[in-house]
Amino acid sequence: MKAENLNFDRFDIEKVRADFPILGLQVSGKPLVYLDNAASSQMPQAVIDRIVQYQTAEHSNIHRAVHYLSELATREYEEARVKVQHFLKAQEAREIIFTRGTTEAINLVMHGYGRAFIGKGDEIILSGLEHHANIVPWQMLAQEKGAILRVIPMNDAGELLIDEFEALFNEKTKFLALTHVSNALGTVNPVKKMIAFAHRHGVPVLLDGAQAAPHQPVDVQDLDCDFYAFSGHKLCGPTGIGVLYGKAKLLEKMQPFQGGGDMILSVTFEKTTYNVIPSKFEAGTPPIMAAIALGAAIDYLNGIGLANIEAYEKQLLDYATEKVSALNGVRIIGTAAKKAAVLSFEIKGVHPHDVGTILNDDGIAIRTGHHCAQPVMQRFHVPATARASFAFYNTRQEIDKLVVGIRKVQEMFS
Amino acid sequence: MSDMRQLYQEVILDHNRKPRNFGSILAANRHAEGHNPLCGDHIKLTMNVSDNKIETIAFEGEGCAICKASASMMTGAVKGKLVQDAEIMIEEFRGMATGTLDPDGQDNHLGRLKVFVGVKDLPSRVKCAILPWHTLHAALNPALNPTQAEPSISTEGEADPVSDHA
Repeated sequence: MKAENLNFDRFDIEKVRADFPILGLQVSGKPLVYLDNAASSQMPQAVIDRIVQYQTAEHSNIHRAVHYLSELATREYEEARVKVQHFLKAQEAREIIFTRGTTEAINLVMHGYGRAFIGKGDEIILSGLEHHANIVPWQMLAQEKGAILRVIPMNDAGELLIDEFEALFNEKTKFLALTHVSNALGTVNPVKKMIAFAHRHGVPVLLDGAQAAPHQPVDVQDLDCDFYAFSGHKLCGPTGIGVLYGKAKLLEKMQPFQGGGDMILSVTFEKTTYNVIPSKFEAGTPPIMAAIALGAAIDYLNGIGLANIEAYEKQLLDYATEKVSALNGVRIIGTAAKKAAVLSFEIKGVHPHDVGTILNDDGIAIRTGHHCAQPVMQRFHVPATARASFAFYNTRQEIDKLVVGIRKVQEMFS
Repeated sequence: MSDMRQLYQEVILDHNRKPRNFGSILAANRHAEGHNPLCGDHIKLTMNVSDNKIETIAFEGEGCAICKASASMMTGAVKGKLVQDAEIMIEEFRGMATGTLDPDGQDNHLGRLKVFVGVKDLPSRVKCAILPWHTLHAALNPALNPTQAEPSISTEGEADPVSDHA
């Protein structure tokens, strides 16, 4: 959606900000400027209220008892699953599995699919942009099975090299695990094209959508990805809840991830018959409250519109990029043509942790460090970066404060 | 001016720009490496100890201003000290950085190192300030890591790894 098409009637920034009580906070005696949304987003009152309502009048265990509360909680939990289904445009609700977060979703695929279908000498393709959550599980699998990891390189802008990607495929390629949007640099990968290429080689694809789902409309059927993972807490929901979407035919042939209650049809000491999907992958009591709150967060975001959010955040990123590029001695790391609202940078001669501490003194919250993406840091020869990441409730005025803060850091260290 | 600005503006920025005792001692008889995986701080200490006294000491590595300045000032403070006196300073610095020792209210040997008192209010930065001191402790006590050729210490997951070894 182009910026000029932004529906401003539905996107009143002051009204949006008023929905988030935490944005009224003072930090170090200054109004909070929260620019760490790629790490975790804030929660609107509607979601907080939903949590309170659930805990006040709806809580019980689900899928168990026949009493009123259990039936109510079960219905709300399953309705949340349907909300996620529609959010991702999945074909069926049973293709939605609730997990603890993106990390657990990826680990589920590694255990359930990888351990069953990837063997010695097989190759798994990852990109150089991956978060550790989409590297380490595959490395563990490779070590266990004697499989091999192949890495898609990137250029100096932080864009994956598609020719090199295509050249990695051969008859041993068994899986592609790829981030939709880079958490460290903001690069939006051309995933649809890449998935189509992988499928021509019969290779299934998992997308790490942790940084994409909160910021743009996602249609898993249009993308044709086999798996899609995202986290609730980056999407205005609570921590402890995430989603794995998987194509039903794949989920059905996968092994369970964890054993326990709810994932079984019958148990004897001789044999257990597993439940159907999605229950097969939801052993034990799930995070019921968090799943219902995630449903409320999706309702909230739908009320604003993901396309509106994407367009507004693009404006913020363009503004921030222009302002920060104009500063001497500041290098933006990650300059892909297509980026989500992430601005990673380094200030010459100043360690990012010092930048973060000094900005904090002005109430500005950014992330500093390797962003759980050490291979990205190595690619750009930096130990760490400072990262400002925006959400639809941020403003240009907040970006101005960031720029003033960067100048102060430079003065102190000059 | 906030405590944070005070912390940065005084001695620390100077030591960050011009670290003292920076480099390595070729014929060192004590050495250790320290890592802070959270921020990528990495300190390598080399020194010569004879007759229970730290004769020479040098550090090198990458780190934030707080870590570098702490290492720089530490090397100056312990050079020429007896090992047991350096160990006392390690304990005192650790106490100050974690807020259990008030350098103005309690007896101590910290002197100019008191400039780091402000880190106690910055929990995420305490490790940066303490890392060189952890590394010194590891170098002075090679028996703590008997399986490693190079004594090393990491602050990963531990608020205060020294106490595990003490």
